[in-house]
Amino acid sequence: MTALLLDAGIVVLALGLLAAIGRVLTGPTAADRGLAVDYGFVVVVALVALFALRLGSTAMLDLVVVATLVGFLTTVAVARLIWADS
Amino acid sequence: MSAPAAAVLTGGPVQNTVGGIVVGAGVLLIAAGAVGLLRLPDVYNRTNAVTKAAGLGIVAVLVGVGILVPEPGVLATLAVAVALQLFTIPIASFAVGHAAYRSGAPSTPSTLREDSGPDGSPPARGDGG
Repeated sequence: MTALLLDAGIVVLALGLLAAIGRVLTGPTAADRGLAVDYGFVVVVALVALFALRLGSTAMLDLVVVATLVGFLTTVAVARLIWADS
Repeated sequence: MSAPAAAVLTGGPVQNTVGGIVVGAGVLLIAAGAVGLLRLPDVYNRTNAVTKAAGLGIVAVLVGVGILVPEPGVLATLAVAVALQLFTIPIASFAVGHAAYRSGAPSTPSTLREDSGPDGSPPARGDGG
């Protein structure tokens, strides 16, 4: 039951990642693309958390912390690039 | 499906149900962020959707994982992750929104701008930027 819920959640999050990719491709501004990358990182963090349960490996939860920090630094760096580009 | 999640789900049925509901609510909030990212009209509205929906959603997912796997090491890791998310998501979204404004990203025409000056002129409809 819980496993089925995890599978459904993973599928929904994968669709969210497709939405982020679509926004990266369509833009229209650079800020839209940076925002979509930020959202994609949030989705990946949630996916890692669900995969940790689905695969029964709680050691994967350490990746949640790492992905959070990488996503934050990436977003701030992209925002600075958008700023410098203006 | 081969006996998934059996190794870590040690709680009873009530605990698994509550954790599953919290995880499902978080996933739906993140999905709402995706809908906002696709359908809202300009970058400022999309920033709003991603910050609030996805930020709350990821915290709900992590809290639900903590309910499903209540081991001390896992809870410590999740507490650090939740604290980092709550600190970094607003900062990152503000950075993107500020950069968008500085780079002149257009706002949707229905945006109500508060441009009233010292003479008390009323706010005008958005001028596209």
